[in-house]
Amino acid sequence: MNLITLHEFKGGIHPPENKEQSTSLPISTMKLPEKLVLPIAQHIGAQSKPVVNVGDSVLKGEIIAQAQGFVSANLHAPSSGTITAIEDRVIAHPSGMSDICIEITLDGKDTWTEIQGIDNYLEADASELIAKIQASGITGLGGAGFPTHVKASVDESKIDTLIINAAECEPYITADDMLMREHANAVIKGIEIIERIVKPKHCLIGVEDNKPQAIAALNEALKNFTDNTFNIQVVAIPTKYPSGGEKQLIEILSGKEVPAGGLPSDIGILCQNVGTCFAIYKAISKGEPLISRITTVTGEACRQPQNFEVLLGTPVKDLLSATHTQLEQVNRLIMGGPMMGFTLEDTNTPVVKSTNCIIASSKQELPDPAMEQACIRCGMCTEACPAQLLPQQLYWFSKSSNLEQATAHNIADCIECGACAYVCPSNIPLVQYYRHTKGEIKQANADKLKSDRAKERFEARLARQEREAAEKEAKRKARAEAAAKKQAEKKATEAIAPATSADAPAADLELLQKKLDAAQSAVKKAKEKIAAAEEAGDSDKVALLKGALAKSQEKMKEAAKAIAEAKKAAKAAPATTGAAAVEMTPERMQNKVDLAESRLATAKKRLEEAQANNSEQVDALNTAVEKQQARVAEAKQALAEFLKQESAAPSVDLDALKQKVLAAQTRVDKAQERLDMAKQQELDTVSALQTGLEKQQSKLKEAQDALAEASK
Amino acid sequence: MKLLTLSSPHTTRSFSTADVMRLVILALIPGIIALTYFFGPGHLIQIFIAATTAIVAEAGILKLRKRPIGFYLKDYSALLTAILLAISLPPYAPYWVTIVASGFAIIVAKHLYGGLGQNPFNPAMIGFALVLVSFPVPMTTSWSAPSELLENGISLSEALTVIFSSRESIDAFTMATPLDEYKHLVAISTADEILANPLFKGTEQSQILLGWEWVSAGFLLGGLFLLWKKIFTWHIPVSLLVSLILCSSIFGWDSDTNVPLTLHILGGATMLGAFFIATDPVTASTTHLGKLIYGAGIGILIYVIRTWGSYPDAVAFAVLLMNFAAPFIDQYTQPRTYGHKKAVRGLAKKD
Ligand code: SF4
Ligand code: SF4
Repeated sequence: MNLITLHEFKGGIHPPENKEQSTSLPISTMKLPEKLVLPIAQHIGAQSKPVVNVGDSVLKGEIIAQAQGFVSANLHAPSSGTITAIEDRVIAHPSGMSDICIEITLDGKDTWTEIQGIDNYLEADASELIAKIQASGITGLGGAGFPTHVKASVDESKIDTLIINAAECEPYITADDMLMREHANAVIKGIEIIERIVKPKHCLIGVEDNKPQAIAALNEALKNFTDNTFNIQVVAIPTKYPSGGEKQLIEILSGKEVPAGGLPSDIGILCQNVGTCFAIYKAISKGEPLISRITTVTGEACRQPQNFEVLLGTPVKDLLSATHTQLEQVNRLIMGGPMMGFTLEDTNTPVVKSTNCIIASSKQELPDPAMEQACIRCGMCTEACPAQLLPQQLYWFSKSSNLEQATAHNIADCIECGACAYVCPSNIPLVQYYRHTKGEIKQANADKLKSDRAKERFEARLARQEREAAEKEAKRKARAEAAAKKQAEKKATEAIAPATSADAPAADLELLQKKLDAAQSAVKKAKEKIAAAEEAGDSDKVALLKGALAKSQEKMKEAAKAIAEAKKAAKAAPATTGAAAVEMTPERMQNKVDLAESRLATAKKRLEEAQANNSEQVDALNTAVEKQQARVAEAKQALAEFLKQESAAPSVDLDALKQKVLAAQTRVDKAQERLDMAKQQELDTVSALQTGLEKQQSKLKEAQDALAEASK
Repeated sequence: MKLLTLSSPHTTRSFSTADVMRLVILALIPGIIALTYFFGPGHLIQIFIAATTAIVAEAGILKLRKRPIGFYLKDYSALLTAILLAISLPPYAPYWVTIVASGFAIIVAKHLYGGLGQNPFNPAMIGFALVLVSFPVPMTTSWSAPSELLENGISLSEALTVIFSSRESIDAFTMATPLDEYKHLVAISTADEILANPLFKGTEQSQILLGWEWVSAGFLLGGLFLLWKKIFTWHIPVSLLVSLILCSSIFGWDSDTNVPLTLHILGGATMLGAFFIATDPVTASTTHLGKLIYGAGIGILIYVIRTWGSYPDAVAFAVLLMNFAAPFIDQYTQPRTYGHKKAVRGLAKKD
């Protein structure tokens, strides 16, 4: 009687069970093989690393390959002997591929290394138990081979239900069935250990109802556990493939679905295979690492189908001969069940941790596949699919390599159970299509990732190039700008130059003036000479002198003209830049006024001279004088204006003025003191001091006035 | 020892497409017996003509398409199409009508679309619709009166003569189906007047079906057998019948102005359509919800076309119209995949 309500998973099929054949005989042990071949990758996760060398001798249970990282598993020598090879051998894999294997040539003594279980393990710490499981190299024995310690290392508060998968829904396989029948106690003890680790509220052992003996044995064993603290319950579930699929079993027992892309622990469930429980028990209580497992050997070609406790690494051919298999009858040699197992090409393939069954089938038993026919969209596959997919749609998408639609139709959720292909009346190898498509999708994703990366790289490069180009351009521009600026500056300075030479023309003017003076005196002299020569009647000389005079006059004219021009320039310049270029101070302004006045004076003097000489330059000099007068006026006005501004602005700050007042006050006080002293002593310095005092007092007054003025 | 390397699963149910087709053909037998009992040997002759045409056409096309003829003929799909077509046709339609329908069904409706599994429309119904539209006269005047109403029934030779050579004697024993007759008469007369009509001569209201109830029962029986054999699921027949019953009882409850419910359900090709034609897997919806919608659509269309259309029966057109919608319906009725919160709707968007 089940105490819990069962839920039915959708779909599923009822293939012929073919289990009776291998349950008539008890589990047997085989005689030791000559050699064992142990692939270093028997689990999901990182390959383990061999820690032995060829020639080393090993004892049974000694570690021969070490786990690499957390998701990995140790590998132990299943029997004593010598390492004779570490090389590539054919391994149990759907593609018949090879991988690194450790070959042990057995010495036949089967000598154990020292092993040590955990005493009182029910009191032990979860971490200690997990460590022991990890050290023992235990992986899920149901098929996938996931390292058990990883699965067990869940947050214990998360796990509500522990589910023990003992459904064994695949036809032919009876390994779990026989294990439960014969080792029910050990199985329950193993479950207890897991319970100590994850502390669930209750534990359900799901067994298909086609195994009444196993169910009875478990229930019988449970009776011995009076302190059934974790509420272990054996649940008979209806026989329907694939009820032993982890997701399906969870659905049956809890009614919950493992979320897509999630883990059972997300819904508070931990699932362990019943065989794993047995292995855990052996490891924890006795310290035996995982070196053997129970494997069903069956199929029509087997004369004596039965279950064996097989050492890992035993070649399949040894199993076949142990069951007296008619090798010539074997048409398909399958490792695993007929629904999800894979065919072996080589009978030397060794048994690994996940090998639950070997089927040596005859041609009549599992006939060669019939020719594939057209899909008639009968929908039988849809009815059978436990994942509630639309297998025929996935088939169309697979056939047309429409990866996008296949993905959208959740091909990733296909558990490859084969139910759809089993029922398909058109003999379409649907699962094969899906595997192929899944592979393509994986490849496409990998390619996409790669191309995305490449694209990223390409884009990064483009961006870099663009950036570099931009930088170059910016630099170029900056240079061009700088050049342009320089050019502009140059122009500006050129423009300013005449302005800054506003005083320079003054120097030039002087030079010109000198020239003019020289020319004038030369003219004067020449005229005197001419007069003298005329008086002397030296006509030749007169002509010559007149020529010289003309020349001198010419020179004089030039000089006068130059002066006029220079002055003009000098006048224009200060108007534009003079004020800006030179900081204006009253002194400078004063200088300018002085300069202008002196120049005016000179100009006037010249004019007078010229007038006196009745010279031709009178007019020019006249203008020059006027100009100079204007300039003097200008300069004076500028100065006046400046001073006015200066006084108008609070150019002297109040503090300074106050200081001055204070200082003046102190001086007045001191002067007063001295005067008083002098008066007392009746010194003759009294009058001088009196004048000094008055001076100081007037200064103080001035300062006070200024302050008053400023602070107004 | 040579070992096979194959992908899983390694075992499959020994139940082939041919088995499916054979079972369906088997399930048609009760209905065919009833048809023959009530309407004479006409359908048997039509089945023979249609089947021969279909097989010849199929073989010819397969040869043209360079496919293994024997392999494909053995899937019985052409034979099934032919039989479905033949029992839909009026039993005493001239032979060439059947040949045209059957040939068209196989060559155009099936193979030009890519062969079995690729055809979007039900080939038998395409063939039927073609001849119904093309040759309305023989199609509407070739149903025999139920043998109950005939003095001596119809002999094989009479049937052969009518089908293959002279159609002179045909008026002696043919008439429209009660469904068709009622439909035309109800426009001008009341239920009682209709029952006084020669077709229903002397029958009570309860006997209005004139033997069609047995034909329908035969097809129902076959359909239930297939359901039990899990050849198809219950969704399509049930939703089809339910929707037709609902339409008929809501809109046509008055037998003075409308064809009564009994005639809708039992008086025509409804049962044949519900269990054998609408369920044709190739052209139907495949998801559970989709099948419900698809079946309901056919039921509603049958009622609409029968009531407002001018054709004697509506199953073919209703089915063909829904064939159109089936792929679309499928896309929007996908089941929720295990572990997913929501079902996928429609095709993935192209981005
Ligand atoms: S079972 Fe096969 S034939 Fe039927 S729909 Fe699925 S794939 Fe097509
Ligand atoms: S193999 Fe995939 S698609 Fe087919 S029934 Fe199993 S889960 Fe569904």
